[in-house]
Amino acid sequence: MSFLLACPHCGLRDVNEFASAGEVTERPRTSPSVHELSSYVYFRRNTAGVQREWWYHRFGCEAWFLAERDTRTNEVLTTELPRPQPRQGSAAPQEAAAPDVPEV
Amino acid sequence: MRLPARPEERIDRAHVVRFLFEGKPIEGFAGETLGSALFASGRRIFSRSFKYHRPRGLLCCTGSCPNCLMTVDGEPNVRVCVEPVREGARVQAQNVLGTLDRDLLAVVDRIGGPFTPVGFYYRTMIRPRRLWPYYERVLRRLAGLGKLERHGGRSRRFDVEHRRVDVLVVGGGRAGIDAARAAAAAGTAVLLVDERRLPTGVGDGVDVLAPARALGVYEGGLVPVDAGGVLYRVRARRIVVATGALEQPLLFPGNDLVGVVLPELVRRFVDEWSLRPGERAVVVAADDPGLAVVRQLERAQVRVERVVDLRSTTPRTLSAAGKAGKLRSVTIDGQETACDLLVMSGGRQPAYSLLAQAGARVEYDSKRGIFVPVQLPPNVEAVGSVTGEAGPGAIPPAAFAGGGSKSRCFVCVCEDVTEKDVRRAVAEGFDSLELGKRYTTVTMGPCQGRLCHLSSIRLFARENETDETAIGTTTARPPWAPVSLGLLAGRGHEPVKRTSIHHRHEELGATMMWTGAWKRPHSYGDAAAEARHVHEAVGLIDVSTLGKLIVEGPDAAAFLELLYSNRFADLKVGRIRYGVLGSDAGRIMDDGTIGRLGDDRFYVTTTSTGADTVSEWFEWWNAVWGMDVEIVNVTGALAAINVAGPRSRELLGRLTDADVSNEGISYLDAKAARVAGIPCLVLRIGFVGELGYELHFASPYGEYLWDTLLERGADLAIRPFGLEPQRILRLEKQHIIVGQDTDSESNVLEAGMSWIAKLDKDDFVGKWALEHVSERGFREQLVGFEMENGVVPAEGGQIVVEGRSAGRVTSARLSPYLGRAIGMAWVRPPLAEEDLQIQIRVDGRLEAARVRLKPFFDPEGERLRA
Repeated sequence: MSFLLACPHCGLRDVNEFASAGEVTERPRTSPSVHELSSYVYFRRNTAGVQREWWYHRFGCEAWFLAERDTRTNEVLTTELPRPQPRQGSAAPQEAAAPDVPEV
Repeated sequence: MRLPARPEERIDRAHVVRFLFEGKPIEGFAGETLGSALFASGRRIFSRSFKYHRPRGLLCCTGSCPNCLMTVDGEPNVRVCVEPVREGARVQAQNVLGTLDRDLLAVVDRIGGPFTPVGFYYRTMIRPRRLWPYYERVLRRLAGLGKLERHGGRSRRFDVEHRRVDVLVVGGGRAGIDAARAAAAAGTAVLLVDERRLPTGVGDGVDVLAPARALGVYEGGLVPVDAGGVLYRVRARRIVVATGALEQPLLFPGNDLVGVVLPELVRRFVDEWSLRPGERAVVVAADDPGLAVVRQLERAQVRVERVVDLRSTTPRTLSAAGKAGKLRSVTIDGQETACDLLVMSGGRQPAYSLLAQAGARVEYDSKRGIFVPVQLPPNVEAVGSVTGEAGPGAIPPAAFAGGGSKSRCFVCVCEDVTEKDVRRAVAEGFDSLELGKRYTTVTMGPCQGRLCHLSSIRLFARENETDETAIGTTTARPPWAPVSLGLLAGRGHEPVKRTSIHHRHEELGATMMWTGAWKRPHSYGDAAAEARHVHEAVGLIDVSTLGKLIVEGPDAAAFLELLYSNRFADLKVGRIRYGVLGSDAGRIMDDGTIGRLGDDRFYVTTTSTGADTVSEWFEWWNAVWGMDVEIVNVTGALAAINVAGPRSRELLGRLTDADVSNEGISYLDAKAARVAGIPCLVLRIGFVGELGYELHFASPYGEYLWDTLLERGADLAIRPFGLEPQRILRLEKQHIIVGQDTDSESNVLEAGMSWIAKLDKDDFVGKWALEHVSERGFREQLVGFEMENGVVPAEGGQIVVEGRSAGRVTSARLSPYLGRAIGMAWVRPPLAEEDLQIQIRVDGRLEAARVRLKPFFDPEGERLRA
């Protein structure tokens, strides 16, 4: 593999600077059945064509981002920073209290 | 031998270069090659063939064929026909027993032929199997290329360089230079690469890399270029391929005799080196460039005895005969002509490999009898004869009949594959080119098909009674030019991480060992004594390698609750909890401690090798969930020292104003304090099982704090301890090491840490998988064991119960403090019962052991909390 990938922060870079975490998966929202769990953990669509993937700029800005890549040609169509889907029930952002920071 | 000097010649007769061939001095002129100088000195046989040890001489003179491979200054397989002469070079023949002219292994050619038919190594020498090592030794001695110097690997240095250009032109012939100049004139950055040294002033603004060879075309416009000691990784927006065309040999009996050559040899001999290639010549050619060498031959006063233009006449028979491997005569349609030079040309095949690698399709042009590249990918261009623009030549027959000649007709001189071998392979059923190639090894030798690809396709077409289009080509793959493995491997260097206290360990005589990318002290000479000392007095260990993350933000607690199986929302500020990171598959990924420094601020430690993985893992989940959390990896910024042992409190008390009493800093407290004047985060943790304090502080103070601790603890008999004693100490407590006691199948439940999995939480990564594990029941369990007779089993040793395998040992040590051999093992769940007897295979014998579910040392943790 020697294709180029555009990091949303750093621009076009050699693929060797990045780590791929494979296709984007959907984490089940509620308690899944064993079948759903193993599909999520072990099974991938393994698309021959354009797929959405997670990439990490490991030897760069260390950002995670999403890319659309054609797995047949390694042509990268788009890259973008994730638009997070806040978890249900996760705390809403609030004003930070002054942290009690030790001198480390 | 040398012709009168001409101004156009490329040799500098005033500059004599001396080198050694087989220890004998040879003289050449600057500007020529080792091969031409050897030829001028009278040498005709340059190598012995791969399999039959037949004498071989210069054939292509372009660095394509294997006929001039020699060992130069210890480097095997150098093509001396293109290797420039250099003063003092030591040139040696290879793959011979004796000398090139009298190779004792040539016996293979005389008697071995009938016993070594195509593919013999697939069918013979199979039984009896015990004889194979003997056969292998003999075969390796008999067949092959040069020999590597065993210790030559580090004698040369190889580097990698990255280049970015607008236009890369591969090939510095007429078309390549024109393309490079045109691109430069248009104001683009151009790099021109050629195998040979190019005349200076090729063009304004053209960057030249020569001699250098493009090895292939990879995706993203990446072209690796071998420039000797440096591998250039060239990224080009546009790639112009001007690799030209390859002169093709003719197939006829005797076509491998010394003196049978391709036209380019004559051109280089006469035009560049003013060398006479022979006395009497015959020319058999299918195209103009082949016939044109008659001019050079005449200028070199070679008598041209006969010229056969295959476009006007195709002889029925053609064969060559020789003596001692050297050409003596050529017989065409029964008419014998004495000669010592036969120039053959079967047309010029475009050198399309780089284009095909880039994605071009290759098609047979039945009018011209060559394969031409079509449908070039965007950003790739072909110019010059690689496009197949060469004038129409005749299509020579797949092979000429010999008219009774007993000589062999070679299709592949690299691997000694004859026309008969290919015929036989097809008859045996290897009728497809790709299969036949693998069976006969045609095209698989050093020339990589330059001289034999087209010929073998013609033969396959003839034998299959079809045409070249139907046979097709083999797949073009890198490397297009031979490359040394050293160049691909790059410079031999291994990056190492050192803590800020590293030099102190060396000064103290520590044995250093690798842990991941870190170098850490194994011990300072006596691991057992160091371990015992921590129980009896006080020890200190450099734990700067621990991964250290700060997790901060309004969602920090919620974030950690989701990543770890236990709770952090209720963790009080200033307190620490142990945590195990799992994946959604339930597998243990890493472990460490999490201290709450503030409502929204946590200090997370990871294993020494897990820092980057954990940091990436945290960042990823944060990207997925988009929580209001910042993660900062401070692993390198902070050093850490663990001071442990019953006297550690007294030592710490001497160095800080903070209250170090058991109430002041309790077990699992995280407190900020100045120690020896250095701002520290003090974590009271007990990985080694004794009262202990981990001091985390800014790296630059590493040596200072280490020295101060040793100095002020001298009267307490303080002593540094290494990783090995730490491993003994933690095993006494049955504290796991992730990756040592766990593998990619382990989960916290089966690892005996059910207390850490809070399955009543709403959600955490791995929760569902752990629920599934508790429903389906355990398959194995991690337990401690104690040997009954003190032998220490090997890690990975087999647990045996009633003669059947029942588990495996993950850790085992002799505890010097307890005086017992202890360990941990994965066993079948029924065996996870206190005091149960099991057996462990040690050096083939079975030794008795007892299962221990509680720590071997201080099972209730009283020492830790005291």
